[in-house]
Amino acid sequence: MRPHIDQCWWDPSIVTMKAGNSRCAFSLGFLVGSCTLYIFLRQVWFEESYSWKHDGKSNPAPLGPEQNTPNLTWRVEGTALINLKHPHQPGEDGHIADELFKKVRILCWVMTGPSNLQSKARHVKATWSRHCNVVLFMSSEEDRSFPTVGLGTGEGRDQLYWKTIRAFHYALKNHGDEADWFLKSDDDTFVVVDNLRWILSNYTAQQPIYFGKRFKPYVKQGYMSGGAGYVLSKEALRRFVEGFSTKVCTHTTSVEDLAMGQCLEKMGVVAGDSRDTLHRETFHPFIPEHHLTGKFSKTFWYWNYCFYPIVEGPQCCSDLAVSFHYVDPVLMYTLEYYTYRLRPYGYQHRYQPPVPAVSLASHTGKPTTEAQRLEERVKEKSVPTYTMNPRAEKVKTTGTTSHKFTNAAQGRNITDRSTA
Amino acid sequence: MMYEGSSFMKGMILGGIFCLVVSFFETFNSGTHSEGHEHLHHHLKPVSKDELEKLSESQMSDWTLQVRVYCLIMVTPKLLVHWATANDTWSKHCDKSVFYTSESSKVLEAVDLQEQDEWARLRKAIRHAYENAGDLRWFFVARPTTFAIIENLKYLVLDKDPSQPFYIGHTEKSGELDYVEYDSGIVLSYETMRRLIEIFKDVDRCPERGNALWKTPEETQLATCLKYSGVFAENGEDAQGKGLFNKKSVSSLISDSMGQNPADVVEACCSDMAITFGGMSQSQIQVLMYGVYRLRPYGHDFHDSLTFLPPKDSDND
Repeated sequence: MRPHIDQCWWDPSIVTMKAGNSRCAFSLGFLVGSCTLYIFLRQVWFEESYSWKHDGKSNPAPLGPEQNTPNLTWRVEGTALINLKHPHQPGEDGHIADELFKKVRILCWVMTGPSNLQSKARHVKATWSRHCNVVLFMSSEEDRSFPTVGLGTGEGRDQLYWKTIRAFHYALKNHGDEADWFLKSDDDTFVVVDNLRWILSNYTAQQPIYFGKRFKPYVKQGYMSGGAGYVLSKEALRRFVEGFSTKVCTHTTSVEDLAMGQCLEKMGVVAGDSRDTLHRETFHPFIPEHHLTGKFSKTFWYWNYCFYPIVEGPQCCSDLAVSFHYVDPVLMYTLEYYTYRLRPYGYQHRYQPPVPAVSLASHTGKPTTEAQRLEERVKEKSVPTYTMNPRAEKVKTTGTTSHKFTNAAQGRNITDRSTA
Repeated sequence: MMYEGSSFMKGMILGGIFCLVVSFFETFNSGTHSEGHEHLHHHLKPVSKDELEKLSESQMSDWTLQVRVYCLIMVTPKLLVHWATANDTWSKHCDKSVFYTSESSKVLEAVDLQEQDEWARLRKAIRHAYENAGDLRWFFVARPTTFAIIENLKYLVLDKDPSQPFYIGHTEKSGELDYVEYDSGIVLSYETMRRLIEIFKDVDRCPERGNALWKTPEETQLATCLKYSGVFAENGEDAQGKGLFNKKSVSSLISDSMGQNPADVVEACCSDMAITFGGMSQSQIQVLMYGVYRLRPYGHDFHDSLTFLPPKDSDND
């Protein structure tokens, strides 16, 4: 029953009813308003707090692949990747590695193919190849976006030596002045380029020499395993190219590593010994697990192939290993983590490699151990390395616990195995 | 009708404002509340490099003397392969490592606790370790399926006073209780051990034999007993906030990172100063030993403020 507007507004009963109605309406409105806003806010805030929590847990948003990640500083020049700066970890002193980066320039070319770019080559690009001075990905076809060099061959095992021949020719022709050494690897090879520089710094690029995992059959001076990677000096590369131009070398077989070995021997290139100062291998044709823990069956071909005696177990492999082969993508990143990132704080390694003959700081050419060099540096400017502190020595002699920490209560000093 | 309409509108607006006010008030409260809660759930980080360099000789001397670790490795004959692996690898880096077993094995040495119940065994081991600690002040409890880098553990606790109660590892929640996950290793200070020995006597709050019907895992039982002693779990992480204690294997963590962070896999994955990894096979552990203690790139130095020597009679590190 709707009261007429001009006759009823002053009517108390109607007013109260209206008031009652309006109160009801008000409360209803209040309820509706608060509910709607509550639901609305919950949605918005829920999403906000979820994303906040999510961001808090996860790491910073993944950055674009080729620019702005602090450690990736390379320039794409056509089909080549030029590393501008040697990657560094925060808090590390990499000046020796930097010196070697400048003095021992390495061009790495990676044997790959169109079907392997995303499944394998991509991970090489993201990991160890960043430590090379120049990187070339060699494929049968050119791909400017990766980038890869197009060699104009087919794909497959029978094309391996063709690809190798063309790849080396391409490298010398287009980048011969940008490097001193030329490394070949597969897209499932993991290489520690810094350790390669340590070995190569004992030689010059003008020597006709090449290094890798040395095999003995078929070639008198031996040849280097293709999968484990091998590296040629510039002179060796020149002679290889010359061999083809003079027809001394031809495409004899598709077994790429053997064919390389035969050509290089003909051209007077020496097969070098890549082992460390304790005669431990640095280039490895299998994954670390196989070398460290596997027992190779006595009938396995490997026994008859290795130029140097095989050592099974932990001494198979140098601390300064250069390469491993058959490395899948997960292992690729794992090895990158083990090599460059994960470390035991303050641990004094058993093996103290001698500074290479091409001495960096002092130019005296006198090889010293890392420990001796550290001592020199400590004398120069008091580096807070506790064990080198003279007071620590004093404490030691009074019989209290030494600050040189041992883990089995009685330690032993570093075995000074460096060659005099 | 008009009046009702406008009242309704007024009501709606007022309702909205009311709701807004209440929500702000709530979040403000819960914001501070959760912060407060965060403080209880500590994030424990190692001392920074700058701090270390500022130290005096005597302070450095004190710290190096303090930071010695007693490893309690809880084994069973079922885990013989991992037991042997732990024996051959990371446990050599502890200042003292003792294997505590449920029953003896002819092949490997251990303290035979002759106890099948895991919680009771852990209690006995803790008691034994406390009594045989000598001058060791830090205790690391792990199963042999965990791999530990003791040097990094020492780095984490370097500036922490072991006469204070510390209970560190990877923390998880069970209801309201924060506990340290067993699989990624548990770090206890000397004071914590002392308090544990005390609370073990309290049969009501820290019983030795739990309810036979439902078994609470030892890690939560430990956390409960510690809670009654006023000791709370702290999450061990590095300066960037990355967890140092992992119950997954390295390859598992790398695989995860490849899926989540394909542009920066290694950076996003794991800490450089990681302390533990779990779930690794015997050969994966040998590779990890090589990767941690030997494999490195020439020419990169870190100039750490302390030096830890390699253990005697070992060739895989």
